[in-house]
Amino acid sequence: MRIFISLIVLATLVIGLILFVFIAEDQPLDELAETGIQSMELKNGMKVIVQENRRAPVLVTQVWYKVGGSYEHDGITGISHVLEHMMFKGTEDTPAGKFSEIIAAHGGKENAFTSKDYTAYFQRISNDHLELCLSLEADRMRNLLLGEDDFLKEVEVVKEERRLRTDDKPTALTYERFNAVAFVNNPYRKPIIGWMEDLDTMKIDDLREWYQTWYAPNNATLVVVGDVKAKQVFALAKEYFGPLKPAEIPQLKPRKEVQQHGIKRVQVKVPAKVPFLVMGYKVPVLNTTENSDDVYALELLSGLLDGGNSSRFSKNLVRGSQIASSVGAGYSLYALHDSLFTISALPSNGISMDDLEAAIIAQITALQDELPTEDELARVKAQVVASSVFEQDSSFYQAMKIGIMETVGLGWQTKDEYVDRINAVTAEQVQRVARKYFVEDHLTVAELIPQSTEVKLSTSGNMNAGEAHAN
Amino acid sequence: MRIKHCILSVCFMLMPVVAGHVHASPEIQSWTTQQGAKVLFVENNMLPMVDVRIVFDAAGSRDGALPGLAMLTNGLLAEGAAGKDAQQLAESFESVGAQFGNDSLRDMAYVGVRTLTDEQYMNTAINTLADVLVRPDFPRGAFERELARMKVALEARKQSPSDIAEEAFFKAVYAEHPYAMPVGGTDESLENITLQDIEAFYQQYYVASNAITVIVGAVDRKTAARMVDTIFDGLPAGSKPEPLPPVPDLAQAETVKIDFPSKQSHIYVGQPGMKRNDEDFFKLYVANHPFGGSGFSSRLVETIREERGLAYSVSSYFSPMRERGPFMMSLQTRADQTDEALQLLRSELDKYVASGPDKDELEDSISNITGSFPLSLDSNSKILGFLAMIAFYDLPEDFLETYIDNIQKVDRSDIREALRNRIDIDHTVTVIVGNGG
Repeated sequence: MRIFISLIVLATLVIGLILFVFIAEDQPLDELAETGIQSMELKNGMKVIVQENRRAPVLVTQVWYKVGGSYEHDGITGISHVLEHMMFKGTEDTPAGKFSEIIAAHGGKENAFTSKDYTAYFQRISNDHLELCLSLEADRMRNLLLGEDDFLKEVEVVKEERRLRTDDKPTALTYERFNAVAFVNNPYRKPIIGWMEDLDTMKIDDLREWYQTWYAPNNATLVVVGDVKAKQVFALAKEYFGPLKPAEIPQLKPRKEVQQHGIKRVQVKVPAKVPFLVMGYKVPVLNTTENSDDVYALELLSGLLDGGNSSRFSKNLVRGSQIASSVGAGYSLYALHDSLFTISALPSNGISMDDLEAAIIAQITALQDELPTEDELARVKAQVVASSVFEQDSSFYQAMKIGIMETVGLGWQTKDEYVDRINAVTAEQVQRVARKYFVEDHLTVAELIPQSTEVKLSTSGNMNAGEAHAN
Repeated sequence: MRIKHCILSVCFMLMPVVAGHVHASPEIQSWTTQQGAKVLFVENNMLPMVDVRIVFDAAGSRDGALPGLAMLTNGLLAEGAAGKDAQQLAESFESVGAQFGNDSLRDMAYVGVRTLTDEQYMNTAINTLADVLVRPDFPRGAFERELARMKVALEARKQSPSDIAEEAFFKAVYAEHPYAMPVGGTDESLENITLQDIEAFYQQYYVASNAITVIVGAVDRKTAARMVDTIFDGLPAGSKPEPLPPVPDLAQAETVKIDFPSKQSHIYVGQPGMKRNDEDFFKLYVANHPFGGSGFSSRLVETIREERGLAYSVSSYFSPMRERGPFMMSLQTRADQTDEALQLLRSELDKYVASGPDKDELEDSISNITGSFPLSLDSNSKILGFLAMIAFYDLPEDFLETYIDNIQKVDRSDIREALRNRIDIDHTVTVIVGNGG
């Protein structure tokens, strides 16, 4: 089912808008024997990246577009995601529903997802159906029908999706309002799924324009991971995507967040049972930082707080003081714009939100005041090293990483630096970034304040539940 | 980053399957330990890692009068063992990068670990797992804390219309059967569980004869056997629990409406379905596929989402369990569309039970199920899940090898007959949570 990735706190993502220039010849870009990744660029600017992997006779194909929630402006929020839904509504050659039907009949699974900085379409299928997937994806990259009747029905589906994922989920709604308050002019302020009013007033012409603007080979990356030969993928990519005309891709405005001059607070009062706290500090990401050491140090720091059951949050807040029933940290390095380092928590029964917040702040202060021990650092690093092996169990995840890094403009090679960069982080660097970024004036705090879930009998039967009141 | 599908998980769902022309089933090795625990093992040397999981018939269906007891017992295993506290145990696993995992569902309760196969790392991980499983201390402080956390989780379920609906559905479908109660406990049960209950539950159910072990990864058979011996050393043989009672048919249709201040109504319709080792397993699995089990190609999605835009997520499935797990259809829709959507669910089911899939639907479903079989075996974690299912539910060891044949054998008359015999459209439970009911 069209999925919609709501990297809630991990708000993030990424990247870069580059106006692709033509390259005269199809050229191999890179080959790294170590990871078995090979890439090339078609003449029309489309990138093709292949990771051969013989673990099973299957493959995953993903087509990534540089467009998503952070590309949108006010009034059309959610349009990238609605367009993602419409991508299943057919072309002249492949009428509505046919795409899914063909893939299913060949034993494939397919879906798509939209995030802040990208939109991607994928198929998982046995390795003899690569050509089928590429031909279908190439067709809908430039030939989507975008019929008005289909749109009018589909946007209702998306509104149901919004009700399901956000309006009727108190914690999701709290995150949405948290983001909307944390940022002033950074586009991560807006929900990926869009504001309901924007969905209500969206027009098919808006979608046609959005599609024409962003769906072009020079704004896309094909990633294939599985039991395939890179050469064969390149040849088929050239055959099907090669003839597609590139488009002039607009340069995104930077929209760099203005300086924050003091703590911000927002309350969300909706029917709920359990209070919920979200806190976030403004932080850079790999794309925006002047010093990538900071970013990897923040990443390691998030592991100290929340990496496993031996981490500080579990040790001190869930077990030790038992102030939190659960608590986690979130940070993603691979975004297009500056992001947030977030902490979210459910209080233990009877614990006030003030006490919960104070206990979390005390954990932050401890990082600023004292160096973490070598044991702690070693434990986070051991987990990172092991995870880098474990994650290879999933081809899909491998493809995701390649796609994200490429689409946010970092280049897939960046993923291979991760383990070494984390291993190089020192206790002093952790302390330094804790002091540099975890500053009260750059903090936003959102609080879910549960209201009764009793249904009040009203004559109209019209529910207003789910409405949030942001201060 | 997580991709979220909106489906609720009740034990193992019908597997999404696949298959190709090549039967690339993994080679399964099996043996039984001295204490009587069955072991299934697949050697896979492509990555230097191994997954080990020990599954017990010690989950929610064994809660008795105290829903939540099984889950709390399972959750407390790693909160103190062999004299080490939760912090020390977590540090043991995490200092070697190992990932400890545990859960307790309705049928299965398990503990397990994923570790690198570097000998020193692996030994640390396996020894710690053995401590957690065989020598838990159940410290009082941990018991009180985890019980309090379960109460918070219970409150959180009360703010989720889908959780409320699912709970009401199980209660109505299963009435007096052990599957009726929520595995996370109730207000009442969480007030009454004691530490003695936990210890007694552990001693009765966490025994070798009630366990199966599955292993997938880059170790040889000898190493795997040694790991199993280490893990089980000191665990009493004990005895298997009594079989669960069979699930009775519903005596009458029932509709449960629960007011809730959500914008959408959450609707569940269903009844007792099938067992994991049901004689009609393949027929019913294939039968459900074109109806509501195949996503975009299914009738329910076509009628309710594609044609009318009434819901984002609509599906049906059989959730096969030790005894008859539920057959259920579910969707969520804006409150004022509740009646329309519910009528459609019912009329689609009526039509389908009366006539079954047409020829094309059946062919497409069979080719999807068989064609996608390799996808369900393309990682260690997926293979591990299959092994656990095969061992826990006593399925034939050639289950994977014969899977495609069994699917292909199903024809339209089989399906029509199975639907007629197994779906009783006059005796369904309907749950509506929201304000549209």
